[in-house]
Amino acid sequence: MALIRFDGVAHSYSGHARQDSDYALQPMNFRWEDGGAYALLGPSGCGKSTLLNICSGLLAPSEGRVYFDDQDVTAMSPEKRNIAQVFQFPVLYDSMSVYDNLAFPLRNRRVARPQIDKRVREVAAMLDLEDVLKRRASGLGAELKQKISMGRGLVRDDTSAILFDEPLTVIDPQLKWRLRRQLKEVHKQFSHTLIYVTHDQIEALTFAEKVVVMSDGEMVQVGTPQALFERPEHTFVGYFIGSPGMNFLPCSIANGAAVVGSTHIPLTDAQAGAAAKHGSGNDQFKLGIRPEFVTRAAGDNGLKVSVTHVADMGEFRLVTAKLEGHEIKIKLPVEAGEVDTGEMAVEFPSRWVCLYRNERLIGDEVTS
Amino acid sequence: MNDNRFSDNRAWFLALPAVLMVAFASLIPFMAVVNYSVQIVFSMQNHAFVGWETFRDALTNEEFRSAFYRQVIYTAIVLGVEVPLGIGVALTMPRSGKAVGPVLVVLALPLLVPWNVVGLIWQIFSRGDIGLFGAFVNNWLHLDYNYSTGFFSAWFTVIIMSVWHWTSLVALLCYAGLCAIPGAFYQAARIDGASRWAVFRFIELPKLRGVLTIAILLRFVYSFKVYAEPLIVTGGGPGSTTTFMTEMLANTALGQFEYGKAAAYGLLYFLVILLISYIFYIVLTRVGTNEGGE
Repeated sequence: MALIRFDGVAHSYSGHARQDSDYALQPMNFRWEDGGAYALLGPSGCGKSTLLNICSGLLAPSEGRVYFDDQDVTAMSPEKRNIAQVFQFPVLYDSMSVYDNLAFPLRNRRVARPQIDKRVREVAAMLDLEDVLKRRASGLGAELKQKISMGRGLVRDDTSAILFDEPLTVIDPQLKWRLRRQLKEVHKQFSHTLIYVTHDQIEALTFAEKVVVMSDGEMVQVGTPQALFERPEHTFVGYFIGSPGMNFLPCSIANGAAVVGSTHIPLTDAQAGAAAKHGSGNDQFKLGIRPEFVTRAAGDNGLKVSVTHVADMGEFRLVTAKLEGHEIKIKLPVEAGEVDTGEMAVEFPSRWVCLYRNERLIGDEVTS
Repeated sequence: MNDNRFSDNRAWFLALPAVLMVAFASLIPFMAVVNYSVQIVFSMQNHAFVGWETFRDALTNEEFRSAFYRQVIYTAIVLGVEVPLGIGVALTMPRSGKAVGPVLVVLALPLLVPWNVVGLIWQIFSRGDIGLFGAFVNNWLHLDYNYSTGFFSAWFTVIIMSVWHWTSLVALLCYAGLCAIPGAFYQAARIDGASRWAVFRFIELPKLRGVLTIAILLRFVYSFKVYAEPLIVTGGGPGSTTTFMTEMLANTALGQFEYGKAAAYGLLYFLVILLISYIFYIVLTRVGTNEGGE
């Protein structure tokens, strides 16, 4: 168990980066708290696997140092770091039985035989593998194989952290849910540090205590699932998390309000202040609001939108509308009444309005 | 049941070209050999049916038997050297980078050389007077090395020649097998703290089973059929100590004009290769899979 600390870690596969775009992983400082359950979320190619491999030592970062507690492990090999990693596709030792597969990491570390037996049986019980312990690993289905791969990660009780690299890719959706729950239980029981890489937001949000959202080799936000949803610190987070993602309206700032076309949307003082303070002609402002937080205005004194499409999704209606020529999505509860195409008045509750300057959230101090 | 799906069988004629091809390529020559094997052939017009006599002769004939034993020993040694060596070479070959191309070409070179040329190369290379290798062994190591008079020299030469010629085949096949192993297996092994030996034993060797089966089968059959190489270097000598099966067969048929006997030898020889190949195949595809479990 250890706290993992990144100190100026960056990686470029070409060796030395000359410009920002050479980095697969932008320089970063970060602390992975001991016993935390983290999800690394981001689209393919955003650097999350690179980051994971730097944690486990399969990859040496081209810049910066990695610390486990106070020990500098940057140059240390994976086997010395005492870290476990589960890969996207099941990795099994085909010629061994399931039992031997699970015992393999312990045997390599010369753990005493009774201790090995105890641990293997514990892990097998945890992952429901008891029935197949004596079977050969090669003939089993994908789900069992991946469970065995996970089991090999869990079998050592002294690991600093367990890293998962999209481990549920090959698993059927129903089983995914069950395995994820088992993983959560394992985490509760042993409180390993878990880092879980995924591109599936549902997986990340249900699994982790803290979600790290990555984009283009950069951590754009680290936070609880709730924070990511309510206050995305970067437009990418707003767009990537949520279904559909956040609405963004390019705007300008005038008299403490956001101006979209000829529509004025009131801002909080903090937002207006932040916008005014740093305001320069080149800044690009965007106003963001979640489709979930847009409400229908009581009378006519709301923002005028023209509804182009309404989809009935059961417990809510997904409304597609235009506001000053910009398309927005609105999730309205069924209780909000029938929606017809044509004019509609909506409200953006100022509590849920986020303001972005150059893609980054500003003026959040008061509302948060 | 009113099943008349097969009322028109003319479609079978479409298989005719294939049947003719196979017949002319293998069935008819093969049956000719079978026909020879039960006769004494003096000339094409003058031959007599003798039945099993030729086979009985083959099984009791000292010449046939000793050639067969020699053949088995030769093949066993050649396989025993080439397969581990080939695996070893494959393990040390670079998997990426600029060196891959040149290494592959150099390795493949011996495979491109015709059999009799390989024999010629080694015949000259190993000569005690002008051959680089032979002269070196005789004059620098002061060993008595002469493949035309010494039993050990002759055997050593035919075996090292086969190793030179064919280890590349095993190495290339294994290399292909190794390249097909996903990187995650090596990464997982590092995380699991596996030693280099454990990586070989539990990842590489099991994953190589398919290509090794092919390599061993091919090498077995090729080495069992070896002809031109030892013939050119040692001529089967000294005495008949390096006279292997094919050479013995050729001597019987073309040297002594005993077509019937040679045909019988040939059939037995063929059956042995078939049988051993089959056993190899069964063993190699089952080993390490523990069909049925414990």
